[in-house]
Amino acid sequence: MAKKRKVEKSGGALKTSSTSVTVSQKVHDDDDDDEQELFKTDDTVISASEDEGGSDDERKHRKLLDAISSLGGKKRRKLAERSEASAQISEFSVSAEGAGEKITLGDLLGTIEKIPVVDKTKKQLKNLQNRKDTLELPLSRQQTEKIQREVAYDKTSKDVSRWQSVVMRNERAEQLVFPLNQEPSGPKKVEQVVVGWKAQTPLELEIFNLLRMNRQPVNDPVLTPVEEASLKAMSLDEAKIRRAELQKARVLQSYYEAKAKRERKIKSKKYHKVLNKAKRKEFLKDFEEMRRTDPTAALEELQKMELSRMEERMSLKHQNSGKWAKSRAIMAKYDNEARKAMQQQLEVNKELTQKLAVPSESEEEEEPEEVVTLPDFVNEAQPVDPTNPWMMGKLTAEAPEPGEGSDTELPAEGARQQENPEEGLEEEEEVIEEEEALLRGFEERRKLRQSEDGDGDGDMVPVTTVETEAILDERDASGVVEISDSEEEEEAEVSEFNSLFQKLVEKEQEGLSRLRTMEDMDLLSQDASIETSESAKRSALTPGSEETAGTTTPQANVKKRNKKKMIDRDDVLTKASKVIKVPMAPTAVEEEENEEEQKMIIKEAFAGDDVISDFLKDKRKQVEAGKPTVADLTLPGWGEWGGIGLKPSRRKRRRFRVKVVPPPPRRDQNLPGVIISEKRNTSIAVHQVSQLPFPFENPEQFESSMRTPIGNTWNTQRTVQKLTAPKVITQMGAIIEPITQEDFIQGKTQVTTGKQPDICLTTGKGQGPQRRTRGPQKKGHSKRSQQKKRKSKPI
Amino acid sequence: MAAHEDADSKRAHVGKKKVAPKRYWDSTEEKGKQHAEEGQKKDVQDGERKKKPEGVMPGVKRKRKDKAGGQKGISGTVDPFPGSAHISKEKLNKFRRGKKKNMSLDASGRLKYRLSRSEVASDLAQKQAARYDLLLPEDAGFLEGEEGEDTCTIAQEDIADAVDITSGAKYFNLSLSQFGPYRVNYTKTGRHLLLGGRRGHVACLDWQTKQLNCEMNVMETVNDVKWLHTEAMFAVAQKKWLYIYDSKGIELHCIRKFNDVLRMQFLPYHFLLATASATGFLQYLDVSVGKEVAAICTKTGRLDVMALNSQNAIIHLGHPTGTVTLWSPNQREPLVKILCHRGGVRSIAVDKTGTYMVTSGLDRKLKVFDIRALRPLQSYLLPAGASCLSLSQRGLLCASTGNIVQVYQDVCGTPVKKPYVAHRVRGSVWGAQFCPFEDVLGVGHSEGFTSMIVPGAGEPNFDGLDANPYRNAKQRQEWEVKALLEKIQPDLIGLDPGQLCQMDRASWEQRHQDKVQALGFDPLAKEKFTPRLKTKGRSSTGKVQKRKKQVAHEDQRDQIRETVEKRLEKEKEKLEKINTDQGQRSALDRFRK
Repeated sequence: MAKKRKVEKSGGALKTSSTSVTVSQKVHDDDDDDEQELFKTDDTVISASEDEGGSDDERKHRKLLDAISSLGGKKRRKLAERSEASAQISEFSVSAEGAGEKITLGDLLGTIEKIPVVDKTKKQLKNLQNRKDTLELPLSRQQTEKIQREVAYDKTSKDVSRWQSVVMRNERAEQLVFPLNQEPSGPKKVEQVVVGWKAQTPLELEIFNLLRMNRQPVNDPVLTPVEEASLKAMSLDEAKIRRAELQKARVLQSYYEAKAKRERKIKSKKYHKVLNKAKRKEFLKDFEEMRRTDPTAALEELQKMELSRMEERMSLKHQNSGKWAKSRAIMAKYDNEARKAMQQQLEVNKELTQKLAVPSESEEEEEPEEVVTLPDFVNEAQPVDPTNPWMMGKLTAEAPEPGEGSDTELPAEGARQQENPEEGLEEEEEVIEEEEALLRGFEERRKLRQSEDGDGDGDMVPVTTVETEAILDERDASGVVEISDSEEEEEAEVSEFNSLFQKLVEKEQEGLSRLRTMEDMDLLSQDASIETSESAKRSALTPGSEETAGTTTPQANVKKRNKKKMIDRDDVLTKASKVIKVPMAPTAVEEEENEEEQKMIIKEAFAGDDVISDFLKDKRKQVEAGKPTVADLTLPGWGEWGGIGLKPSRRKRRRFRVKVVPPPPRRDQNLPGVIISEKRNTSIAVHQVSQLPFPFENPEQFESSMRTPIGNTWNTQRTVQKLTAPKVITQMGAIIEPITQEDFIQGKTQVTTGKQPDICLTTGKGQGPQRRTRGPQKKGHSKRSQQKKRKSKPI
Repeated sequence: MAAHEDADSKRAHVGKKKVAPKRYWDSTEEKGKQHAEEGQKKDVQDGERKKKPEGVMPGVKRKRKDKAGGQKGISGTVDPFPGSAHISKEKLNKFRRGKKKNMSLDASGRLKYRLSRSEVASDLAQKQAARYDLLLPEDAGFLEGEEGEDTCTIAQEDIADAVDITSGAKYFNLSLSQFGPYRVNYTKTGRHLLLGGRRGHVACLDWQTKQLNCEMNVMETVNDVKWLHTEAMFAVAQKKWLYIYDSKGIELHCIRKFNDVLRMQFLPYHFLLATASATGFLQYLDVSVGKEVAAICTKTGRLDVMALNSQNAIIHLGHPTGTVTLWSPNQREPLVKILCHRGGVRSIAVDKTGTYMVTSGLDRKLKVFDIRALRPLQSYLLPAGASCLSLSQRGLLCASTGNIVQVYQDVCGTPVKKPYVAHRVRGSVWGAQFCPFEDVLGVGHSEGFTSMIVPGAGEPNFDGLDANPYRNAKQRQEWEVKALLEKIQPDLIGLDPGQLCQMDRASWEQRHQDKVQALGFDPLAKEKFTPRLKTKGRSSTGKVQKRKKQVAHEDQRDQIRETVEKRLEKEKEKLEKINTDQGQRSALDRFRK
């Protein structure tokens, strides 16, 4: 039993050595637990070997044990005896029985030394012998697997990423034709065909051989390579000279730069002072000379000086008002140098601000002085801003209108209106009616004036018939047919028309309550500007009245502007109309229709009376409707006394008024004669794209990519075909192979072996058909072409 | 050997099917050489193959080719006209679609690629279209008078005498004095003419051959006549109802839904017949399915002035208040309302490109508006107003006053002073229309119909796929089928025809609101809580109220709870911070508030 144990121990020792050898080569053992056990045994062995010193004791102890065991009986001993042989010499294990001692590594090495071949092993063993440290624990299975996975992932991802470019290219391709590597069908270009052409027949071979032998050019039959080379050689000298020149220039520049830099870096004030002085002197000298030689340049210089003077005058640089100067001023009393410095400053200022005494330009110089003292705009009228009506003190261009004088009473009316600007709608309408009554008065007066004018002006003949051939009755003569050249004539004619209209009205005595005519409106709109709200009222306000009203109206208007936007009535329907001459006049309409129809027409025409104000009212209404309503959430009587006649406090009302975001500006804001509906077109919204499609980042991009239609209604046939070409085309019956590695690394692997084709087209800058390809292929090609060149070059 | 042949054929870049015949020298070549060649060949072919998946637009490729164009060919000759032919800028501008913005500059990656591709595509389309403009060789010419001679003084008879016999035959008069003033309508191709006399006379004819297709008297007042999409059908607005007849004069439909129609317009691409009635209704009839698409009460009284903007299929209506309103079937209110005249509007005409609108009013003025910007451009004063306006395909304006027909040239651009052509017809003009693709103006008046020659009125180049004046029956049938397939839904009618390719930028709320309006209910609304009925007095009003109160404002309460929790947490954090900071408090911190 004891022996067995011993054997085991020594065996264990052996094992350690053997494992330590193998571990270095084997990477990892498979089972973790086993190894741990193994190491445990190792420990015990080591401790045993440490106790080796007392081997005698051991022997005694063994004997004792033997003796004890022999006490047990014969049977037992016999058994032990029997087993001894197998324990000593066994085919399965090595026992150290014979030596009696533990086998050391040295023992093993001793035998090896005799064998000459295994040097390496020897070395390793020796290293092992010298090594004192223990082996590290091998990693756990999970960890090793993790590492392995990582490594494997890296490797495969690297492998796969090589396909990235191919995949991207195919993804981006406008069109893919499967199977991929197919040569295009159809006719080819001559260049393409010729590129691959080779001499085949014996005759051709011979010819090309001859050509090649004599270094004759095949493609471009003008110059032989020798000639070309000589040409090139000639230009070499020139190139060299040029290069040298360039080099020199560059060097000089760098020198200069360095110098300038150094000088700039110098901190000495004195140096700079001296330098500046010298410069100034030099400059003056130059200037004197320039005056003599080149007066224009001198003038320019002078102007520059003038400019610097102006700058100096503007700035406070040398005025001794800076921080430093002030400190100096304090010191100046005691310090001589500070005083000096200040003096110098002032001197500089004086020098710079000194007027240049050039007699010829003295008058010119005085002008700016004046400007300084008295700016122009004080005396002159300001440039009138056409957009600002309050800045206009005068009438507009169409000022001399007949209705001007009569309008002067209006300001009072206007002022009255402004006193109570905010009233209910009913009041407003009342006002409008009053206003219209007033207007009627004006209109009549104006008519009177007009008729007077017509009488007074001799040359203004109401009707001038030029080419009328038709027989016209009186009504037509005045009203319908008229060929006129000038606007004035037209006006006169119009007045006639008005009178006719008046007559009609008088006859009718019904319906038309107002006497306003189109022409009057014309006049009004030309010289009046009105607000939207009180359109009718304002319509009567002419610039003339504004003049007299003076300060009151603008103020009031400004006040109003906060609440109501203004539409200038000038803008509505004011297109100066051109008169068209017609060679023929329409024949009189049938008699029986004539009178009645005309009446009808006129009635219809003035059914809406004041079309413009109606329209403006309509527009105002629409604008109001489009505005979000302010929600007033005040609860009267909540938190305070309530009842009839009691209003919640102002503070409270303000607090509970829900403010709404003002709507976006209307599209017809700047179009006075137009109402554009702000309603959303929901029916088309159903068909529109409501969310931005994937690659786009903003709607503009999307819209710009959508702006070209692709249908054949708008495009040529070819374009349609190109625009609507399918992304993938497969051939019926063709086998589509998966893409192979050769497809994309072909270019790299291609070795440029063999002869080049007999005719190689090197058109221009090498834009042969091969050159058009991209990707990895290119490299190979370019290499090849280089080789070609090298070959063809004469040595 | 076979392998070698294959290689040969490949090398020659001829199709694979073509096998080079065997030659006597084939055997003389060495094997090794062959291999080398094959390798090289492969290389070349690959080069060509790679071109395809490169993703370059054909246009780009073309460009590069063009650049290389001016070089020597094999024969050593130089191309005298290198590159592609030059396209003039005007022509390019003519086919420009939208403003070109370089969007791809600030984009990157996939987006950049896509944008640049679309850019290239639109460039290509534009260039190609400009190039193909060459195939429209016909040019319009105008009448030119001698020095000091006004073109408007040239009589129609003189013109008819001067031109060739077929063109001369286009000036003719139909004396139909019995059935009162006539309305006129030409088909889209310009071959057929429809006449509608006020006193019931309706006739349709192939006006060039003067072949009468049908003629009848409907024994009722005829307010307007209009061809539908082909010459096989036409609509007649009679005294009470709207009728549809076929080209033989057989009554196909009497549409009772459309009453008192005064004016009609046909939208050829939408297959819509828009009618304006005396009752103030604007109605749309889908003639392809016979359904009323929309009926809009305009609330503006009698509608007897109507025009169609053929660019965006918007209907223009003129009113006695001097306003012109623009309508689409999708909106109950006018899209735009423009104040045009001081008196009532008598007639409107809109040009083919949808840029200009010409109106005439009772104030005897003729005004030109830019309807894209809605601004007035020109204003003319006619001696006696204009009752009937019509714009030709090439922008000539016909304005008739009484019995005088005047045609103006370029009223929209430069202000004109006198008419280009003037003609006196026998009766007062009731309807006038320029014949498409012909230099002819058809005038219907109280004494019949006059077809007059106006040189330069019609578009000389027609689009055979759209409106072919020379089409035969078969082509017409095919066109009809295609047109029906390409019918545009009335939903898409709007002021801006390009709106469809714009993104809907409305907010989510807005869209939700629309949806609610369309559905009639809110699909996302929460169901209202109704407490269960409980017996034994537990469903008394008070109890019910109590239960309701328990669940009232559940979501709001949740929100409040959340916010309160958050706030508390924050405060707690703050406190903790202060506490932890106390360790490093300086002596001065005690003075801090």
